[in-house]
Amino acid sequence: MILEQLIDIFLLVFLAIISIAVLRIRDLFTAVMLFGIYSLTSASLFMVLDAADVGFTEAAVGAGISTILMLATISMTGREEKPLKKKGAMLPLAIVVITGATLVYGIMDLPPFGEPDNPVHTHVAPRYIEQSPQEIDVPNFVTAVLASYRGYDTLGEVVVIFTAGVGVMLLIGRRRKRKEGISNE
Amino acid sequence: MSDHLILRIVGKFLIPYILLFGLYVQFHGDFGPGGGFQAGVIFASAFVIHTLLFGLESAERIAPQWILKIVAASGVLIYALVGVAAMLMGGNYLDYDFLAADPIAGQHIGIILVEFGVGLTVASVMMLLFFTFAGRGEAS
Repeated sequence: MILEQLIDIFLLVFLAIISIAVLRIRDLFTAVMLFGIYSLTSASLFMVLDAADVGFTEAAVGAGISTILMLATISMTGREEKPLKKKGAMLPLAIVVITGATLVYGIMDLPPFGEPDNPVHTHVAPRYIEQSPQEIDVPNFVTAVLASYRGYDTLGEVVVIFTAGVGVMLLIGRRRKRKEGISNE
Repeated sequence: MSDHLILRIVGKFLIPYILLFGLYVQFHGDFGPGGGFQAGVIFASAFVIHTLLFGLESAERIAPQWILKIVAASGVLIYALVGVAAMLMGGNYLDYDFLAADPIAGQHIGIILVEFGVGLTVASVMMLLFFTFAGRGEAS
């Protein structure tokens, strides 16, 4: 129990350190790499929370593909961030402090973490756990929920990914072809 | 990056195992963590490594963009048509119970088909995204 809490604290402190480092650093390449480490640390945190599927996705998408896509982007845009103009730091600070205070105020109304009679554990989760072996008979409940009980949502997610691909190809995929077309003519 | 001998050898060695692991995650999603999304990303990452090591042209010869575009669209179509099939068999949209005589067998068929569609779309869209970004970098 104590060991688990130590791992939690270690990972969360690590996340905080990485976020501050990302903010402070001007070299975009380093920032992208730190983002990758941030995703990997989040994935470890999800694993500690026993959310293997989420951790898996975070490691593959967050630490893998996002990092590669951001690297591809900075290979086009340049490595250095523009120097920051130091003015008007008070307004952003006030906004951040107010937002943070609101979030902390909201957290105080949350039910205690991990209690068995929390609303999350009493609403649909018991039904999925008790009924899905008879209804769907798939050992991984997460797959049963995502692909069958929540089939509409997953269909929507696939359409979102497809749309994202279409959007990127429409926005930046055509230019190269046009250039080639001109050089061929 | 073609002059980095160690990276090239190690990458070449890893690519088949990454592809295999992607397929494992795809078809083992019912039993362990994973599913179409993760499998698609892992499968695409093998092609990303190939592109980084051997260049965009070589990767596009294996997976031409026009094929990827068709695969991306057909993944969504497979998912949506499973729902239509369930309707034709007498159920609600995406109600896999009606895909086979036995509801549980129907659920299994439905989940495998749907996850397959997800995997196809995610893998090909990720590859398309990366090829688009990489191609743009080379052109400028």
